[in-house]
Amino acid sequence: MSEQQPDADELRARTQELLAAHPPAATEAIDFLKARFDAGLAWVHYPVGLGGLGAPRSLQPVVDAELAAAGAPDNDPRRIGIGLGMAAPTVLKYGTDEQKRRFLRPLWVGEEVWCQLFSEPGAGSDLAALGTRAVRDGDHWVVTGQKVWTSSAHLARWAILIARTDVDLPKHQGITYFICDMTDPGVEVRPLRQITGEAEFNEVFLTGVRIPDAHRLGAVGEGWKVAQTTLMNERVSIGGMRLPREGGMIGPVARTWRERPELRTHDLHQRLLTLWVEAEVARLTGERLRQQLVAGQPGPEGSGMKLAFARLNQEISGLEVELLGQEGLLYSDWTMRRPVLVDFTGRDAGYRYLRSKGNSIEGGTSEVLLNIVAERVLGLPAEPRNDKDVAWKDLAR
Amino acid sequence: MTETAPDLLYSEAEEDLRAAVRSLLADRTDTPSAPARAESDTPYDPRLWQALGAEMGLAGLLVPEKLGGQGAGHREAAVVLEEIGRSVAPVPYLTSSVVATETLLGLDTATGEVAALLGELASGRRTAALAVPFSYGPDSLRLRGGLDGIVRTVADAATADVLLVPTGQGLYAVEAGEAASTALTPLDLTRPLADVALDGARGTLLADVDTGRAAARRGLLAGAGLLASEQLGVAEWCLTETVAYTRDRKQFNRPVGSFQALKHRMAQLWLEVVSARAAARNAADALATGSQEAPLAVAVAQAYCSRVAVHAAEECVQLHGGIGMTWEHPAHLYLKRAKSAQSALGSAGEHRASVAEIVGLPGPA
Repeated sequence: MSEQQPDADELRARTQELLAAHPPAATEAIDFLKARFDAGLAWVHYPVGLGGLGAPRSLQPVVDAELAAAGAPDNDPRRIGIGLGMAAPTVLKYGTDEQKRRFLRPLWVGEEVWCQLFSEPGAGSDLAALGTRAVRDGDHWVVTGQKVWTSSAHLARWAILIARTDVDLPKHQGITYFICDMTDPGVEVRPLRQITGEAEFNEVFLTGVRIPDAHRLGAVGEGWKVAQTTLMNERVSIGGMRLPREGGMIGPVARTWRERPELRTHDLHQRLLTLWVEAEVARLTGERLRQQLVAGQPGPEGSGMKLAFARLNQEISGLEVELLGQEGLLYSDWTMRRPVLVDFTGRDAGYRYLRSKGNSIEGGTSEVLLNIVAERVLGLPAEPRNDKDVAWKDLAR
Repeated sequence: MTETAPDLLYSEAEEDLRAAVRSLLADRTDTPSAPARAESDTPYDPRLWQALGAEMGLAGLLVPEKLGGQGAGHREAAVVLEEIGRSVAPVPYLTSSVVATETLLGLDTATGEVAALLGELASGRRTAALAVPFSYGPDSLRLRGGLDGIVRTVADAATADVLLVPTGQGLYAVEAGEAASTALTPLDLTRPLADVALDGARGTLLADVDTGRAAARRGLLAGAGLLASEQLGVAEWCLTETVAYTRDRKQFNRPVGSFQALKHRMAQLWLEVVSARAAARNAADALATGSQEAPLAVAVAQAYCSRVAVHAAEECVQLHGGIGMTWEHPAHLYLKRAKSAQSALGSAGEHRASVAEIVGLPGPA
């Protein structure tokens, strides 16, 4: 029954077939994307029937290159990043056949945006302490609680949600993973204005939201395990970008330096060069990690890349504000907006400086990631924990 | 970037080479006795050098087979240097098998003297040192008028059989007996330094001024690039030992390695070490492939790795507590190697200035 895995030639041929049957110039973007999904060329490593062909993941660039050359529309992966990067791999791994069929196609083509209802005001780094409750009621679960730092909640049709289903168990147990319909009554999304003036994130209030049991992902009480899949994919997608030289935040400041000799000072020159070297080394470290993955020898470097980029982004953008001197005293616009994308390159240095402060907090704080590196990579002993065997309801809070 | 991406991994052959070198160094080096040896009249270990350079054939890694070498390359030499750094082995590998050898490879290797000397260095029978201060990087090279005066702080000069002297009259090979070397007391006990008096020395002219200068620069560039791998090895040892020690050492009824204040410092160091590995591999690969990017790759690696090695060694001493300050514990050897290497083959500042020049980020007018 095992079919031969498609190779690069076959993927190229299938891509050309798709292009011939649906010429991009004469096809609505959404129709093209649906046809692409149905042809198994969406994410080639996914199973047949779910947008893929069971091909090696490393062959996706073959398809992408052919499509880009033909001017085919893409599914705007940044806009639907949470769905692509976090919801989809979790649904694929833990979803029922029905869930996979229902959710993956509209997710990938971008008809349905996803968000992630994980963090709470009282459960950030200590995510397993979460207090949002889900109580069984026949075929449904009734969910009540508050989530926070939810990107795209105001645009999302669906959310991945973790909630507590048993308060008598220790905090890592008694959590269950759900798919929440953001249009249901009881879901209220409020913009959360940030340090930059924008409301990129939201608070989400859940009041008696009824989620059908058919929208549970994984077994009751197994939500923490399911969430690990999501979180692992989140950190990979944050740290795993491939960059050209000067491709990150060092790019704009190097450009300013070259174009504006009047701004240069000796002190800034030394600091710029130090950061330039560090940015180049971070790029090389990411490239080495990528080569390890391709060679089938994944290294633990991935856990460190997010740390490196967070610190660099903050230091580089901070330097940039200083470099601009008088102009650095100004800010482009404090008007509250709700951006669809976090736009690092289209905004000014002051925005980059303020927004990058979040890089060491979002997706796991740098402090938590340092603990993870110390314990899982270096094998250092864990700090004593006094909450592991205590029922969640008995924890101090 | 028009060139193909650098290969930043280790090949299987390189891992085999590493295993062989590591096992030899583990058998033959006695790190705790290093300070005593350094204080003696034989600051380097001739038997170890014999085993490593001659018997294993590592002295000739950079030399083509037709000239008597192994015909390998900088990637392999870098792996050897990682292991030398990890054991702070007192051998003239960096000075003779990399800097001096690479300098000779920049000359006309068809000439009898150059080919003969390369063959001797490749066999490990004789060693050579480029007679410039150990602090010189490729951009700080200054030529002497001729075979005159004193060259200060030349690494491994006292034990070298031949000195390569770049001068304003050309590049000379000077037999050790022709020059007077005065051993100095170095900060790094495992890398001997000497002042070399050239007055009255006779030498063999190997190349004219321009060729000699370019060759010496080439030697210093390769030396700086591969020193990054030695620094990586130093940093790795320091991190590994510190992690092992803090896992065992108990205070306040807990292993000290479980305290977040210490864990975060070691995790940060780990991140620097894996980054240093990418930078050092990039430099070794660029040198090996003769890439146009080599000067930038070397400058980036040297500017970064020299600081990481010092940071790792300083953390190693600190996190070992009192024991880290003792003469008995080897941590100080690594600190001394790291701190000295920071000034060797061009300072970080010099290498950053090269970066500024190459990528077009000039300073204020």
